[in-house]
Amino acid sequence: MKKGEKVILALETSCDETSAAVVSNGSKILANVVSSQIRIHQRYGGVVPEIASRKHMENINYVVKEALEQAQCGPEDLDAVAVTYGPGLVGALLVGLSFAKAAAYALNIPLIGVNHLAAHIYSGFLVEKEVGFPIVSLVVSGGHTNIIHMPRHGHFEVLGQTRDDAAGEVLDKIARAMGLKYPGGPEIEKLAQKGDPERFEFPRAWLGNSYDFSFSGLKSSVLNFLHNAEQRGEEISPRDAAAGFQEAIFEVLIHKTTGAAVEKRVDTVMLVGGVAANKRLRSNLKEKLMRRGIRLIVPPIELCTDNAAMVGCAAHYQYLEGRFSDLTLNAIPNLGFGG
Amino acid sequence: MLVLAVDSATNAAGAAVVSEEGILGEFFLNTEKTHSEKLMPLIDQLLRDTGLDLQDIGGIAVSIGPGSFTGLRIGLAAVKGLALFLDKPVVGIPSLDGLARNISPVSGLLCPVIYARRDEVYSALYIHTAGGIERISHYMAVSPRRLVSLLENLDNKEVIFIGDGLDIFPQDLRDSLGPGCNIAGREHRLTRASTIGFLGLEKLKAGKKDNLDDLVPFYIRASAAETRWKSNEKKA
Ligand SMILES: [Zn+2]
Repeated sequence: MKKGEKVILALETSCDETSAAVVSNGSKILANVVSSQIRIHQRYGGVVPEIASRKHMENINYVVKEALEQAQCGPEDLDAVAVTYGPGLVGALLVGLSFAKAAAYALNIPLIGVNHLAAHIYSGFLVEKEVGFPIVSLVVSGGHTNIIHMPRHGHFEVLGQTRDDAAGEVLDKIARAMGLKYPGGPEIEKLAQKGDPERFEFPRAWLGNSYDFSFSGLKSSVLNFLHNAEQRGEEISPRDAAAGFQEAIFEVLIHKTTGAAVEKRVDTVMLVGGVAANKRLRSNLKEKLMRRGIRLIVPPIELCTDNAAMVGCAAHYQYLEGRFSDLTLNAIPNLGFGG
Repeated sequence: MLVLAVDSATNAAGAAVVSEEGILGEFFLNTEKTHSEKLMPLIDQLLRDTGLDLQDIGGIAVSIGPGSFTGLRIGLAAVKGLALFLDKPVVGIPSLDGLARNISPVSGLLCPVIYARRDEVYSALYIHTAGGIERISHYMAVSPRRLVSLLENLDNKEVIFIGDGLDIFPQDLRDSLGPGCNIAGREHRLTRASTIGFLGLEKLKAGKKDNLDDLVPFYIRASAAETRWKSNEKKA
C-alpha cells in the first residue's frame, strides 16, 4: 500500500449479490469479489428475500476474506469500512450493514453508509475519474429506473423515476410469462438480437414532459398479447416479440435520458445498473447522445451489476468530505436522495 | 476468561461481559428501536463502562437461535464483523438453552417457549442435572397443542414454562396442564446476554469453538419459499 492512499473496504448486500471490495483512492480496484445467488433464486423465478438474507450470512466472511487476500491487504491497511444501507431488501441490507458496523468498530476506523443508487452512479467514476460536472445518469436495473442529475460530487437530483415497476423488473416478469429463466433481461436480449423490433408494436408511456417512467401498461399489454396468442393457438415469433417490447422499454429510456441531458446541458451521460449490460440499449443511447455532442460512459458489465467496488468508490468521495456514519446507522429499504 | 455475549434472538437486545467470577457488565434493552440501531451502540457503551478494550475479550458468545430471523442475523453478522478482525474465538449458543438456563435448579422439566409466529412456538425440554441443564428433546417449532400433548405423555408432571411463547397458549390448554404446570416470572421471559455468556464461557473453556465463516443462525424452519418449492417438487 502506497503512502497517502485511502483504502476502503466496501460491502454490498442490498439484493442477491454478496460482494466485498477493496478500493484505493476511489479509483483503483484492488479486489471486487461478488458471490452471486442467481442460481439459487432461479428456481423461484425471482429473488426470495428470506433466502437472499440467509445466503448473505453464509457468504459474508468468505467474500470479505477473499477480497482482502486478493488486495493483499491487512486490517492495518484499511482507512474506512463502507456499506450499502439502502435502498434494497431490508433483511439483505442488514447482514452487510451489521457486519460493516462491527468491522469498523473492531478496526477503529470510520464507517461510511452509502446509498446504493449513488454507488451505481459512481461505477462510472471507476471507469473515468475525471468527469466534468454536471452529469446525468440513467440507473436502470431490476430494482431501479432513475434519471439523476449530479451537479457535483455527493449531490443528486432525481429528475425521473418509475411510478410502478422498474425496467429490469418488467423484463423479468415478461421473460417469466414467456417461460424464460430468471433473470429475464439477458434471456430477452438474446432472443431480441435475432428479432424484428417493428413486427409487433407495444405501447410507450411517455407521461407528457415528465422524466418519470411507467411500465405497468406495457407489461399488461405484453402479457395480454402472449395470453391471447396462446388462446388462439397462434404461434408468435418469440424473437420478434422480445425485440418488440424490449424496444418499447428502451425507446422511452433513451428519449427521456437524452431529453434530461440536453435540458441540463451536460457533456456526459452515464448508463449504469444491471440493464446497462444490454448492448442494444448501450449502442442506441450512445448514438442518440452522440448526435447531440454528448458522450456516454458505460462501465463494464461486472461494474454495472451490483458489486461492492462501486460502493467503495462512492464512499471515497464521502470520506474526502468527512461524511461518516455512526453505529446507529440502520438499513433504509426505500432510501431516496433526501438532503 | 472474559466473554463478550451478544443476544438479539427476541425483541430485546442484550450485551454482556461475563467471566468465571460472574457478570462484569450487562445491558438489556427491550424497546421499540430495532436491533440494528440498538446492538452496536450497546456493545460500545458496555465496553466503555466496563473500562475494557476489545482486545481484553477472550471470546465471543452469540445467541444463535431460534428466534426472530432478522434479529438473529443482525447479532450474528455483527459478531462475524467483530471476530474476523479481532481474531477471537466465537461460540453460538441456542437461545432455548439460554432461556432454560435462566431458571435456577428445580426438580421438574424446563420448557422454554419462544414465540415463532404462525401459531407456533420454538421449544425444547430440559432437566437440571448435577452438571447443569441437559436437553432431553429435539429443538422444535411446534403448536402449543402438540407441545402440551407431548408433555402429557411424559412421566414428569412438573413443568416450568419460560418465555413469551406462552402468550399464544389458549386458556383451556393452560388449564388442562393441571397444578404441575408453573410459569416462570416475567423477569425470565426473554433471553439474556449474560446467560448466553455463561453458556458460552463453559463451551470456550472446554475448548469448543465454532467455525466463524460457516456459522449461521439456527433457524429451525426453512424459509417459506423453500418449503413451498419442496412440496411442489414432491407433488410433481
Ligand atoms: Zn443495484
